[in-house]
Formats: sequence, C-alpha cells, structure tokens
Amino acid sequence: MSSAATTPPSVDKVDGFSRKSVRKAKQKRSQSSSQFRSQGKPIELTPLPLLKDVSAQEQPELFLKKLQQCCAVFDFMDTLSDLKMKEYKRSTLNELVDYVTVSRGYLTEQAYPEVVKMVSYNIFRTLPPSDSNEFDPEEDEPTLEASWPHLQLVYEFFIRFLESQEFQPSIAKKYIDQKFVLQLLELFDSEDPRERDYLKTVLHRIYGKFLGLRAFIRKQINNIFLRFVYETEHFNGVAELLEILGSIINGFALPLKAEHKQFLVKVLIPLHTVRSLSLFHAQLAYCIVQFLEKDPALTEPVIRGLLKFWPKTCSQKEVMFLGELEEILDVIEPTQFVKIQEPLFKQISRCVSSPHFQVAERALYYWNNEYIMSLIEENSNVILPIMFASLYRISKEHWNPAIVALVYNVLKAFMEMNSTLFDELTSTYKSDRQREKKKEKEREELWKRLEDLELKRSLQTDGIIPT
Amino acid sequence: MAGAEGDDSLYPIAVLIDELRNEDVQLRLNSIKKLSTIALALGVERTRTELLPFLTDTIYDEDEVLLALAEQLGSFTVLVGGPEFVHCLLPPLESLATVEETVVRDKAVDSLRKISQEHSPVDLEVHFVPLVKRLASGDWFTSRTSACGLFSVCYPRVSSTVKAEIRQHFRTLCSDDTPMVRRAAASKLGEFAKVLELDYVKSDIIPLFTALASDEQDSVRLLAVEAGVSIATLLPQEDLEALVMPTLRQAAEDKSWRVRYMVADKFSELQKAVGPEITKNDLVPAFQNLLKDCEAEVRAAAANKVKVFCENLPEDSRETIIMTHILPCVKELVSDTNQHVKSALASVIMGLSTILGKDNTVEHLLPLFLAQLKDECPEVRLNIISNLDCVNEVIGIRQLSQSLLPAIVELAEDAKWRVRLAIIEYMPLLAGQLGVEFFDEKLNSLCMAWLIDHVYAIREAATCNLMKLVEKFGAEWAQNTIVPKVLGMANDSNYLHRMTTLFCINALSEACGQEITTKHMLPVVLKMSTDQVANVRFNVAKSLQKIGPVLESSALQAEVKPVLEKLSTDQDMDVKYFALEAISVLALA
Repeated sequence: MSSAATTPPSVDKVDGFSRKSVRKAKQKRSQSSSQFRSQGKPIELTPLPLLKDVSAQEQPELFLKKLQQCCAVFDFMDTLSDLKMKEYKRSTLNELVDYVTVSRGYLTEQAYPEVVKMVSYNIFRTLPPSDSNEFDPEEDEPTLEASWPHLQLVYEFFIRFLESQEFQPSIAKKYIDQKFVLQLLELFDSEDPRERDYLKTVLHRIYGKFLGLRAFIRKQINNIFLRFVYETEHFNGVAELLEILGSIINGFALPLKAEHKQFLVKVLIPLHTVRSLSLFHAQLAYCIVQFLEKDPALTEPVIRGLLKFWPKTCSQKEVMFLGELEEILDVIEPTQFVKIQEPLFKQISRCVSSPHFQVAERALYYWNNEYIMSLIEENSNVILPIMFASLYRISKEHWNPAIVALVYNVLKAFMEMNSTLFDELTSTYKSDRQREKKKEKEREELWKRLEDLELKRSLQTDGIIPT
Repeated sequence: MAGAEGDDSLYPIAVLIDELRNEDVQLRLNSIKKLSTIALALGVERTRTELLPFLTDTIYDEDEVLLALAEQLGSFTVLVGGPEFVHCLLPPLESLATVEETVVRDKAVDSLRKISQEHSPVDLEVHFVPLVKRLASGDWFTSRTSACGLFSVCYPRVSSTVKAEIRQHFRTLCSDDTPMVRRAAASKLGEFAKVLELDYVKSDIIPLFTALASDEQDSVRLLAVEAGVSIATLLPQEDLEALVMPTLRQAAEDKSWRVRYMVADKFSELQKAVGPEITKNDLVPAFQNLLKDCEAEVRAAAANKVKVFCENLPEDSRETIIMTHILPCVKELVSDTNQHVKSALASVIMGLSTILGKDNTVEHLLPLFLAQLKDECPEVRLNIISNLDCVNEVIGIRQLSQSLLPAIVELAEDAKWRVRLAIIEYMPLLAGQLGVEFFDEKLNSLCMAWLIDHVYAIREAATCNLMKLVEKFGAEWAQNTIVPKVLGMANDSNYLHRMTTLFCINALSEACGQEITTKHMLPVVLKMSTDQVANVRFNVAKSLQKIGPVLESSALQAEVKPVLEKLSTDQDMDVKYFALEAISVLALA
C-alpha cells in the first residue's frame, strides 16, 4: 500500500469535486440566528447605576430593570453596530451573574417571570440553516454562534439562578413549563459545542429540580431520538442528551417501569443504526450498560437488538459494536449469557473471519478478557462448534499474519478447554464442509425446479393467472 | 384457478419455509424476493392456510427482508386466489405497518393502499376498515403513523356511519401527542381532504389545518403548508379568504425559516390554487417578503419561482405588478451575498424577457443580465449563458455579445474542469445564435484549445462539440476552419494529442461526408498506423472501423485493408485485437 505515497501529486490539482480538506480552508465561520438580521434600527439602553451602589431596598427593583434591559437582543453578524450598547449589556450581564451568585434575598416572586423572560428572549431562537448540506461533524469545523459573548453570560446567569440557594421550584414551575423545556430541547441542535455544553447543565438542573417535568422531558427526548433515527439522521445534540440520560437511568427505581424498558428497546437500540454513531457511541454504550446493571433480565433483548442492527458494510461501526458488546459481556450474568450465546457467537464467528483485520482483531481480543474466557469455558460445548469452522479456516487463509497468530492462540485455548470435542471437530471438519456443499447444491436445485414451474405456469396461463 | 394447485411431494412447505428461515440474510432475502414462486408452488389454498400464517408469525427479521416482504405482498392477490380472498393478506401487512423502520412501514402502507382497491365494498368494511382502526389506536407511534396513509383509500367506498368514524379517527391523530404522528397526519391532510365531501372539508379539515399550521413544532407546521395548497384547490373562491388565507399568510411569516422555505417552494402551486384576485392582494406582497427574507435558503427558493410567478400573474395587471413590485426585489437579488440565491435567480431571470417584451427587457433586464454575466461565481454566469435562447427570441443576442464574450472566455478557462465542461456544452447553442462570423472570429480558438486540455473529459466533450458545430455550419466550413487544425495535431509530440486527432476524425467523418473523409482524413489516419505508441495504433484500427462506412469502397480495399492487415500482425495484443475486429466488421477478410 505504500506505493500511493510515492506517486507524484496529480497535475490537475483543481477539479470540481469539493474535497472536504479543501472546504475546510474557508471555514471557522460563525453564524447568528435567523431572527436578528433584518432589524435595522440601533438599540438604545439608558445606563443604570450598579447594583452595589444602591441601598439594599432598592436592589430588587433595579435587578428587575436590569433584567428587562438585557431582553434587548443585538445583531452580532454586524460587527460594527451598537458597539457601545453591546458592551453595556455584556457588563450588565456580568454584574447579574455575580449578583445572583453572592446576594441574598434578591429573589422576589416578581423576579421569576422576569428572569425566565430575559433568558427566553436571549436563548430561544430559530437555529439558522446549516451552511453545508453534507455537514460532517467529524470532519468539518462547527459553525460557532456569533452572539456567544452575550449568550454565554445568559446561560451562566441562568445556571447560577437555578443553582441558587434561594431558588424555589414551586414558584418557578409556573414559568419554567413544558413549552419552555420544549424550546430548550430544540436548542440542542445548535452546531456550537459550547452552547450544547451549557444546555446540558441547564437541562440537568431542570430535570433535577422540577419533578413534574421529568416524564415530559424524557418523552420529548424520546421523540427527538426517534425523529433523528427514522426521519432526519440529523441532530447535533445527541451525545449531550445521552449524557444526561446516562445519569437519569442511573437514578431509575427498581423494578424498571415498562416505559423505561420500551425506551431502551425501541429508542436506544435503534440509535445504533445511525450513520454518525461514532459521535455519540461512548455515551450510548454507557446508557445501555447502565440499564443492564439495573436489570440483568434486559440482556437478551439488548443483545438480540444489537445483532439485528449489526453493521453489514461499515467496518468502523462494527468495531464499535464489538467494543460495546464487550462492555456488556463484562457485566453479564452467567444465566443470561447462556440464553444468548448461540446467536451471539454466530455473529462473533463472522467477525473473527472478517477480511477487515481490525474487526477480526477486535473480536479476537475477547479471548484476552478473563471474565469472557471463563464464560466461554463453561459453555465450550456450545460455543466451540459454532466457532470452530471459522477459526480453522482463518488459521489457514487469513491475509494478515497478526490475525493468524491470534487465531492460533484461540484455537489453543479451545484445545486446552475441551480436547475431546476439539479433536472430534477437527476430524469431522472435512465431512462437515462437504455436507454443507451438498446442501447448497440441493438448495440450488430446488430453486431451479421452482423456477421451471413458474415458467411453465406462466406459459400455461399466458402470463396472467385468471382470477 | 385451474392448474394453480401445488404438488405436495415436490415442494413440501417445510422445505420452502426453511428457505425463508435460512441463517444467511442474503439467502433469506433472495427467498423472500421470490416469494411469489414459492406461493405458486404451494397453490392458492396452501398459500392462504400455511404460508401466510407463517409469514404473519415470524415477522421479526432484518429490515431489508421485511421491506422485500412488504413489497411482495402488495401484488399477491392472484396468488391467494383473487379479490375474494385478498383480505388474508391483511394480517402480515398489518404487522409490517407497525415496524419501526420507516421504509418498511411505508412500503407496507403502499401495499395496503394497493390491495385496498381489490377489496369489495363489503370486505372493505368487514376486514380493511377494522385494520385501519386498530392501527389508528395502536400503542406505539408507528402504527398510528401508518394509519394516517390509509384513511383516504377506504373513505370513498364505505357507508356514511363508517365515514364518520374514519373522520373521527383522523381528527384524533391530528392532535396526537407525538410529533411523528402529527407529521404523518399533516402530510396526508391534503390527500384526505380531497376524498371528503365539501361540507366536511369546511367543518372538519379546516380546523385541523389551522391547528396543524400553528403546531409547536416547525416540522409539523411546514407540512401543513402543502396541505393548505391542496385544500385551497378544493374550496370555492368565496370561502378561501375566510378559511385558508389567514393561516397561509401566517405561514409566510412564520418564525421558522423552514416553514417560510416551504411556502416559497410551493408558491406556484399556491398561486394557482388561490386564483388571480388573492394573488394580487396577498401573494404579491408575500412573495416580495420571501424574496427579501433574512435566510438565504428562503430567498433562493423564492428566486427559483420568479419566472413562473410572473408568468401566472393575471394578464391585466401583470406588467405593472412586475415592474413596480417584483423587479425591484429582483434587482437586489442580483447582488445578493449568497451565491445560491444569485444562481437560482440566474437560472430563471432570462425568462422574464418574454413576459416583459423588448423595450422593458432592454431598459430594465439587460443591465441585470450583464451584471450576472460578470458575477464572481461561475455557476451564476453559466446559468445566464445556458438560458440565452429566451433573450434571443426577444431582443436578439447581439445586444449581449459584447459582454458575453469575456464571460465565455473566462468560463472556458476556469480552473474547475466541470465549469469548462458546462460551457462547452453550450457552445453549439451559442454558435447557432451568434452566427458563424462571430464564432470564427471569437470562439473558434477556444474550441480548438479545449482539444488539448489536460482533462480527458474536456477533450472528449470538445470533440463532440466540433461534431455539433459541423452539423450546424456545414462541411465546407469544417474543411476550411477546423479540419486543418485537427489534422495538424497528428504530428504533435504528445501522444494524447495525436489520439485526439483520431477521436475528432471518428466524430467528424460522418458530418463531413465522403469526400473530405477520404481525401483529407484517411491519409492522416493511415500514416498514424506506424506510430510508435501502441495506444495510438490500436486507435487507428478503431478509427478505420468507424470511418470505413463513410469511405469510398475503392479506398477501403486499396488503402485501408493492407494497413489493417499489417496491424493485425502487430506485436501488441490490443492492436491485433482491434485490427482483427475492424477487418471483420468492415468485411475485409
């Protein structure tokens, strides 16, 4: 393969294909939400005194005024407009962040709607279209949010507000309602990873403090995932949402509700089918394992689900699946293992004989895992016959010497485990292959006969069977 | 159904079912794809009593297998014994319609729609409608989603009580609490409205439309736009203003760009549906706003519609509306910051000239064409050039030729070969419109330069271009202008250029005719048979085969034959092969 490196670079450097690497050069873009752009007139804010400069009684009133001022939203795509006012808002937001962190007794009941309003005005916006249609999160630089200097402070302020000791969910729930959560969830599609990171914390706090919203939040995340899997394959915040779910699952009470099991089987498992799996696979696998640690009885449906969605053409995903399966096997109970060992090892046997050496290698590494080894040993009479043919064949014909070496070790391990069965399989290997070939031939003949029949029929009936 | 009984001894069901259960997915898939063969072997009776129950029970499989199954069952009616038994296909399709994977589900719904037509009205109420109801009240969203697509096919053929139930089910699904189902309902709303009685369209569909169009999710709202267009076509003119326009107006100003994009994208259909009066009063300002939208996606979608929108304006006020309302927006779009917007506009803007006539075109549109011809983005320039014929009809291309030339030259030398390729494709069109004199003077050298481009696709296109030019300007022109240059390349030191000569001859011989081919081209080809590069030599053989039919038969025998015979003893395998092929095709053996 090294010859590719020595071929001279092609003369025709400029062709019509937009190579990813070429596109990259013009990137590092930033974008702003679509609502700002057509605002023409400058925004005027009258400077207010600092909160620390007024008496304690006046502070709540001034706090409200400042919140109202911060509802003004600036256009950051126009880097020259409203410079003074942008700076003023920035310092005011900074002041508000400090204020909610250190002050006591500022949170009057009137402040709640104003805080939520200010946050809503700033963060809720229609996300603009993605610049490139085939945005590839692995290759392309994300588009950064232009208004981040303000947005960050608003998020910072909101988190401090939610975490404040004086914060009372019973009052806040009037304002932080289902609609609020829904809009918050939509923002997880933001391309800016900084924003998604803040959103993660915000949503987590809301989930923690508002018991009444929990089921709703879970259901909406459900919907986002289903849409992502079955409709769009595009949503930027999947990893972040899964991260939150990881800790939510951790807190589920036992026995698990049917709703939660359904979420595992009908949402989390199908998430494995998405093309961009690599972007959130770690978080996803964590969620799955969390579920299995809660309720080992779920092992069978999970493994069967993974086998159903096993990647057929994407080796990179196959390696991820094998990694996840090992994590599952690490926590599997022997009684559960017995239930799924047959379909499972049929798949593993296919992986072991994959011509892609990384897939084969990843599967063969299972034999270095002591716990898995002990499970295989206990069930060697079932597993060995499944694995034997593949192992035997690869040991003779795999192109990659490292794989052949690994396979020898595995065969050796099997031999030590169950030498009688091993010898038996070795001696019947040839006749088994022949039997398979014969069966294959019979199949072909059956189909030939069937096709003849079809042909005859259609001749008889002149192509159309009378009805 | 005579002769449709299977033979038990030959095809026991167990063997066939084993095939459908084969461990290898690929084999399973193959078997399912030939399910009709299996059914044929079993005969209608056993297909109904054994095969279908098996298929219904074992529907847990790979989605790809299920997809094939869903498709097969749609054309299975004859195999189960014709329309009177068609309902036994419902159970497996019902299960398939609840599967998670969208493609499988959609295919199952397609098949169900198809076989619904084969149900008698009685069977429809006894078997099909209950299935639709079950799906519509299923627990998991998938079955409810599938149900949305089935209402419209059974509604026209059932009794009024059942109709009322169907409407009720559809209403419920439109306010389902999962957005997936609401999306499915919204996307079928227009289709369902079409089969409803007008009174029910007003009493049932309109409220649903209004509700879906103000859904909290923009993905639902945008689907309602399309439904709105269909609904508008169903209503009498006097009801439109009150029943659909408020909602459509709101959609055109939706806070989500996706919804506005949808409005822009459906604008022509909408215009047709609402008629001239509403177009004048409502759609013109809405269209202006879309052309000025803050999102480039929306502007581009609207720009694409400029021509069709203007064309369909009511004749009495068309010109005034275009000149006072649309043209100012179009002018701004010419210098838009986004290249997709400009390029969308460039692909339609020329069409305005036929609508506005000569004077307006010269005064108002010409400056815009010229500006776009100088645009920095090649796609914009190309789109203008590719539509030159529209302008030619109105004002003649001469008006543009001064600006056209630099634009063409620049595109012809663009660094991206796809751009060069695109402009080559327009050359015959341009040549035809600009005339032979202009062509010889300004464009001929470009056409020749492409022959030695370093990208093969360009050389190939250039060859083909020459052929089209000769067809247009005639053999005499060819002999005087291009043939000498092409033949000159036969002595080039680069073998690729020498081969280009051969490719050109292949393309030109027929258009140039016997005399030029025999007198001028043939000697060059024959001379090249001694080229030191084997690729050139076997292309000589191929060329001779190609031009043989055009040559005088005496030349064929006297000149071509000996050369081919010599080539057939060449030491290179390929040269031999093609020489022998030519000999046999030309019947020179």
